[in-house]
Amino acid sequence: MNTKTARLSSQQPSGPKPKPLFSRHNVFLYGTLFIVAMYYALPLYVMIVTSLKGMPEIRVGNIFSPPMEITFQPWVTAWSEACTGLNCDGLSRGFWNSVKITIPSVILSIAISSINGYALANWRFKGANLFFTILIFGAFIPYQVIIYPLVIILREINLYGSLAGLVLVHTIFGMPILTLLFRNYFSSLPEELFKAARIDGAGFWGIFFKVMLPMSMPIFVVAMILQITGIWNDFLFGIIYTKPETYPMTVQLNNIVNSVQGVKEYNVNMAATILTGLVPLTIYFISGKLFVRGIAAGAVKG
Amino acid sequence: MNNMNSSISIQNLDLAFGSVEVINDLNLEVHDGEFLVLLGSSGCGKSTLLNCIAGLLDINDGQIHIKGKNVTWEEPKDRGIGMVFQSYALYPQMTVKGNLSFGLKNAKFSKKEIESRIAHAANVLQIEPLLKRKPAHLSGGQRQRVAIGRALVRDVDVFLFDEPLSNLDAKLRADLRVEIKRLHKRLQNTMVYVTHDQVEAMTLASRIAIMRAGAIVQLDEPHNIYNKPLNRFVAEFIGSPSMNFIEGNLTDGETPHFAFDNLQVPLQAYPFDGKGRMSGPATLGIRPEHIVTGAALTEVPWSTTVEVDVIEPMGSDTLIWSKISDQDFRFRVDGQSTLRAGDSVEIGFDPAKICVFDAESDLRL
Repeated sequence: MNTKTARLSSQQPSGPKPKPLFSRHNVFLYGTLFIVAMYYALPLYVMIVTSLKGMPEIRVGNIFSPPMEITFQPWVTAWSEACTGLNCDGLSRGFWNSVKITIPSVILSIAISSINGYALANWRFKGANLFFTILIFGAFIPYQVIIYPLVIILREINLYGSLAGLVLVHTIFGMPILTLLFRNYFSSLPEELFKAARIDGAGFWGIFFKVMLPMSMPIFVVAMILQITGIWNDFLFGIIYTKPETYPMTVQLNNIVNSVQGVKEYNVNMAATILTGLVPLTIYFISGKLFVRGIAAGAVKG
Repeated sequence: MNNMNSSISIQNLDLAFGSVEVINDLNLEVHDGEFLVLLGSSGCGKSTLLNCIAGLLDINDGQIHIKGKNVTWEEPKDRGIGMVFQSYALYPQMTVKGNLSFGLKNAKFSKKEIESRIAHAANVLQIEPLLKRKPAHLSGGQRQRVAIGRALVRDVDVFLFDEPLSNLDAKLRADLRVEIKRLHKRLQNTMVYVTHDQVEAMTLASRIAIMRAGAIVQLDEPHNIYNKPLNRFVAEFIGSPSMNFIEGNLTDGETPHFAFDNLQVPLQAYPFDGKGRMSGPATLGIRPEHIVTGAALTEVPWSTTVEVDVIEPMGSDTLIWSKISDQDFRFRVDGQSTLRAGDSVEIGFDPAKICVFDAESDLRL
C-alpha cells in the first residue's frame, strides 16, 4: 500500500468497504448454515458408522462413536444374503429389478413427453390447448383414485405383476409433469429459430432432432434426474403392481428392515438402506449443477 | 391476373389471431427486383404481413402469389423465399458452415453444389474466415451476415428481412445498412424489408409501405412519402425531428391563404391536389429542416418572429424549440449558430414545401 492510500483511508472512507470476518451478520449466517448442515448430515453419519459395526458393538449403544472394529459383513449380507420371505438372496434381486424398471421407464417417458412438449410448444395444432389442459389436469388427479382401475386394466391386458406393466404405469404417470417441463423449455427457446428451420425446409422430426434436441441438453438432464430418482424411489406402485419375484429394491428394502422375525440386525438394515439410496445419491452428485441450471431454464417462461 | 413484372402479389389478405383482426383485406403488389420496405410502429402488423408472405402464419382469407405462382397453401420452404430475422436465429450448435448448409441438405442438394453455393455466399458476404466457428463466437454484425448468407445460399427470388438491424449498435447498423443496399444492387432480387426505423426505410427502399393497424396507409417512393405525405399520420411518422403542425383556417378565393392567430400564410405556390375542399379548419405542416433564417429569408414570401425557448445542439446542426400560436414549434439552424434561449429570431418558409391537411379527416389537401 502506498502512503497516499494509507493517509486517505485513515481519514475518510476510501476504496473498498472493509468487511470484518466475524461480524454479527457472518456469525449468524454461517452458524445457522453449519447447524442445519449438521442436522442433515448426522443421520447419514450414524447410518454409515452403524453399518460398519458388528452387532455386539451396536448393542453397547454408543450410536455416534466410530466403529472399533470395521466389518463389511453387514454390506455383504444386505446385498446377497438377507432374507425376504422365502428368498434369501439379499437386495441384489431387487436392485436388478429396479434397474429393469427404471431404465425403460425413464427412456420411454422422456422420449414421449419431449415430443409432446415440442409439439405443444412449437406446432400449435388444433385443440393443442385442450390437450394440454387435460394432460396437466392428469397431474393433479390423486394416485389413490387411479390405483384400482389400473390394477384391472393391467390384469385385462395381461401385464399385471410383470415388470412391463410397472414400466407402463411409470411412463404414464411421468407424462404430465414431464410434458409441462419440456413444453415450457421449448417455449423459452427463440421462436425465430423454429421459423428459420421451417424456411430451411426441415420438417417436424428434422427440427426436433437437428435444431431443438442439441439445444435442450439441460432440460433432458433435469428430466432424467427427476425420473430416475422418482422411479427408483417409488414404493407404492412397486408394491401394488408387482409380485415378490419382481419387487423393486425399495419394496425389498422395506421387507428386510421391517421383518418381524428374529433379531433386528441394525447394521444390515443400515447397509441395505444406504445401498438402496446409492443410485439417486450418485445421480445428484454427478449432475447437481446441471440440475439447477435446467430447472431454472425450464421455469423462466410459462 | 398477375402482370409479368410482379414478384409478390397479395390479394385481399385477411388474418386474425382468434377474434383479433390483425390484417384486413390487404392488397399489395411488389415489383420484380424491387426493394420494398414495410414501415410502421410496433404492433401495426408489418412483421405479421411478412410472416404471411413467408408462410409461417396461416392466413384466414385471400391469396399470396410469388413469381406468378399461387403459394397460398405452400409450405415456407416451397415458396422460393429466404428470410433474415432480427435475432439472427442461427442454429447455435452448428458451425457457420453448418448453418449455411442446413437448408441445402434438407433440400437434398449434392455435396458439390452445397460447397460451391457456400463458397459463393461466403465470398459475397466476406465471411470465409468464419465458416468453422460457432455463432456464439461471432459478433452481432458477423452473425447477421451469416443469417443473410443463409438466405443467400438458397438462391431464391425473394428475400424477406424482419428488422434485421434492430439488435445492432448504431455504427454497425449504418455499416450493414449500406451493405444490404450493395447486396441488393448486386443481386437485383426482390426484397421485402420490415423495420420501424425510418432512416433504414428512407435509405434502402425503392418504395415504402407505411402501415398502421394492419393496413397500408401510403405506398410510394421515399421522396414522395417525405414530401407529399397522404395524411397527417404519415407526415408525423416520417422525418426526425418530426413535422411541426399549426392549427388554423384555410381561406379560398383569389389569394388562398392559411390563417392562424393574426397571421396569414399565402398559399399561391402550394400544390393543392384539387380534390379536397379549399376552405375551413385545417392543419399546416412544415418540416423543421424547411424553415429558413437569416439571409435566406429574402427568398421566401412569408416570415414571422419567434422567441427561442430551448436549444438542442447536435453538432452538424442545432435544433431550436420555440412556440407559434402556443404550440411547440421546432426548426433547424446551422450547427455554428450562436442563438441563445430568450433571443428573438425571424423565421420563414416556402409555402411550396408545406403540407396542408384537412382538420377533420387529416387527409392532405
